[in-house]
Amino acid sequence: MEKVIAGKPITVNEEGYLTDFNQWDEKVGEAIAAENHLSLTPRHWDVIKYLQNEQKNQVALSIRRVGKSGVVDIKELYSLFPNAPLKTATKIAGIPKPASCI
Amino acid sequence: MKNLVILGAGTAGTMMANHLHHHLKTPEWNISIIDERDKHYYQPGFLFLPFDIYTPDDIIKTVEEFIPKEVSLIKSKIDKIVPEENKVQLTDGKQLDYDVLIIATGAKIATEETPGMEGEEWQKSVFDFYTFDGALALRNKLRDWTGGKLVVHITEMPIKCPVAPLEFAFLADSFFKNKNMRDKVEITYVTPLSGAFTKPKATEALTHLLDEKNIRIESDFAIEQVDNEKKEIIDYGGRAIPFDILVTVPTNKGDELIERSGMGDDLNYVPTNKATLQSKVYPNIFVLGDASDIPASKAGSVAHFEAEILTDNILHFVKGEPLTEAFDGHANCFIETGNDKALLIDFNYTHEPVEGSFPFPGIGPLRLLKESRMNHMGKLAFRWIYWNVLLKGTHIPFVSANMSDSGKHYEKALNE
Ligand SMILES: Cc1cc2nc3c(=O)[nH]c(=O)nc-3n(C[C@H](O)[C@H](O)[C@H](O)COP(=O)(O)OP(=O)(O)OC[C@H]3O[C@@H](n4cnc5c(N)ncnc54)[C@H](O)[C@@H]3O)c2cc1C
Repeated sequence: MEKVIAGKPITVNEEGYLTDFNQWDEKVGEAIAAENHLSLTPRHWDVIKYLQNEQKNQVALSIRRVGKSGVVDIKELYSLFPNAPLKTATKIAGIPKPASCI
Repeated sequence: MKNLVILGAGTAGTMMANHLHHHLKTPEWNISIIDERDKHYYQPGFLFLPFDIYTPDDIIKTVEEFIPKEVSLIKSKIDKIVPEENKVQLTDGKQLDYDVLIIATGAKIATEETPGMEGEEWQKSVFDFYTFDGALALRNKLRDWTGGKLVVHITEMPIKCPVAPLEFAFLADSFFKNKNMRDKVEITYVTPLSGAFTKPKATEALTHLLDEKNIRIESDFAIEQVDNEKKEIIDYGGRAIPFDILVTVPTNKGDELIERSGMGDDLNYVPTNKATLQSKVYPNIFVLGDASDIPASKAGSVAHFEAEILTDNILHFVKGEPLTEAFDGHANCFIETGNDKALLIDFNYTHEPVEGSFPFPGIGPLRLLKESRMNHMGKLAFRWIYWNVLLKGTHIPFVSANMSDSGKHYEKALNE
């Protein structure tokens, strides 16, 4: 479905994740962050850039992996993106929600 | 003479020994299987032991009785694999050369991943049921527990038999009902996932059951530590959940031997081609069961379907033929829901569990994703099937290694 984010029509799935990363830019990221009551600091951006890069390299994302990445530890990840950090951070980053393993 | 070596004589390794000895015979081939244990545990029984439904005798047999006599069984701890030299080193200093290697060393709990988990309260008020000792200690605790807060908890995914902790919560509900003390027990189900399960349709059905049984769910909980003094589990966001009994499923990891061999990912699982079951790095190494990193459930039923396909592929490999990309991630699991009922789910890499009938489309007798007594009988029969059919590598009539989508009620667009 379509949703206007940062003044642009953007295609998202029913949970609000972007389905086409090409439609993403930093303004879109900031707008999604605001919907989640977050304003992005440089540390948030470090995490977002890291996640986008992992996604590009087709690495499966998990909290454990991010915690060991050297970019942030899990404690800080939670303070940056409270509650469900990976889900919120991937949404802001414009990449798919991490598939949970079965 | 050529050597085929199987590491691990649990569910998957034992099946492979039984399949392969029919095909790879002396004098051309010598098959060995190595395990450090004498006992073969029926791990699905660990779910029932705490509730006095099974006794230890029901779920323990010897490793030896399931290994065909043509296969040499070596009892030893494996130190490491040296894949560049096609060698396996045992901790007693012995060494084995292989032409083809099968890794089936499974997965096990790693309590050390969570601070405080194996602390003061371990096996006093903090328990696991993924080991025989853990399940037994929990049985003894539950026998005369007078009630309080029971917290059933998953540390992180993936875990073996991902539905087992839910089943534990359901069985606890009916256990305390039968003891006429359900009103004295508050059951909370704590999961790192956003809901009861990983797949949408099954999550819907299971959430409904949790509600019906008055089991509270706390989702998106990533544990940081167990506080032994306050008897709480605390997540990275600071959320604290108090318990009188904590039944946790610790992080699951592959054996350290995989780490010592430099062959694993960060959880010691071996990178494996999900369709052929061949190692992604070494062509003469194959991996099945819980030891691999493929995105299928870590379940005995999965190992069974894999074993049929891996047998074909190993025979292809030794003849120099191309491998078949046949494994579809097929899993088939009963979910105990308490009160002598169960659900059944049947799914694969691309098809989530849905409602329907199994194994005969439209007929059953088993019902997919619906509670029934017949499904419960199926779960109990699984123990007999495990010891008498599965381990021996016998094909189960009417149930194919690849999933069948007839008899299943998919919506037009398949999720995932
Ligand atoms: C509580 C619980 C409930 C379950 N319920 C179900 C269910 O209902 N249905 C279902 O299908 N599955 C179920 N499972 C999962 C099932 O038991 C496993 O998926 C299955 O046993 C995996 O087989 P495996 O051969 O890969 O590993 P295992 O059977 O664990 O075997 C691994 C073997 O390798 C040996 N080994 C490992 N490292 C070394 C070493 N360094 N040296 C020597 N030996 C070594 C071990 O001693 C062991 O014998 C359940 C599991 C648990 C814990």
